[in-house]
Amino acid sequence: MIQDIPIQYFLIVSTTMFFIGVCGFIIRRNLITMLMAIELILNAVNINFVVFNKFLFPHQLQGHFFALIVVAIAAAEASVAIALFINIYRRFTNIEVENISEMKY
Amino acid sequence: MAFLFYLLSGIALLSALMVVLSKSPINSVIYLIVCFLSIAGHYILLNAQFLAVVHIIVYTGAIMVVFLFVIMLLNLNKTNEPHKSVLTKFMAVISGGMLFLVLIAAAKGVNEMIVAKEFDANIGLVANLGKVLYTDYMIPFEASSVLFLSAMIGAVMLGKKDKK
Repeated sequence: MIQDIPIQYFLIVSTTMFFIGVCGFIIRRNLITMLMAIELILNAVNINFVVFNKFLFPHQLQGHFFALIVVAIAAAEASVAIALFINIYRRFTNIEVENISEMKY
Repeated sequence: MAFLFYLLSGIALLSALMVVLSKSPINSVIYLIVCFLSIAGHYILLNAQFLAVVHIIVYTGAIMVVFLFVIMLLNLNKTNEPHKSVLTKFMAVISGGMLFLVLIAAAKGVNEMIVAKEFDANIGLVANLGKVLYTDYMIPFEASSVLFLSAMIGAVMLGKKDKK
């Protein structure tokens, strides 16, 4: 059964995925790839919600509900961010973070 | 069951690593789709069937298609993306790794948690989830529709050409 796998293994998987997302967000310069790293981070948190729901409170559904809300927020965020990227591309003809510094100083 | 867990975890972590490391954005999107499919497999293992289906539909069906569409529309599939300096990469790994260590150390202390042994296999189906969604969490569920409406209006407003 799934209960034979220790809960720590699931937590280690999600923590490693979170770490990969944070590193990717810092390392990459392409805005779309940075958004993908954010999606990785959100999914790591989602796995944590479902695991704690399953292992600690298997008769309630709070974890599933919050995972659904996170999925909805990720969809809304991706749509707005992609609209922003298209607008940035029209103005600068590329979408790399170093070139977008008009509002920085 | 344990074998499935290890297989899915390996696929998820490897493809997540390849999302960050691969040069071209199209390859990143493909690896991200593989990663999301294996996460959906995790959800099925964890008895969250409806969440797995919603995850596949929303992520690989909607968000990733939009990503691919934008990459191909804007012709961004250049592999000569100039990378950041080695110092920046090193600092990224160090700072992310410290967070990683803290979280792993926190996860090691879960031994004392009381893990519930018995469970209902039908808990993750849509009937039970819908019952919770429309009674206990009515207000957040309806508020997310307002969020979607504002996101839709915002995307249309930002995406249209501004006339000079």
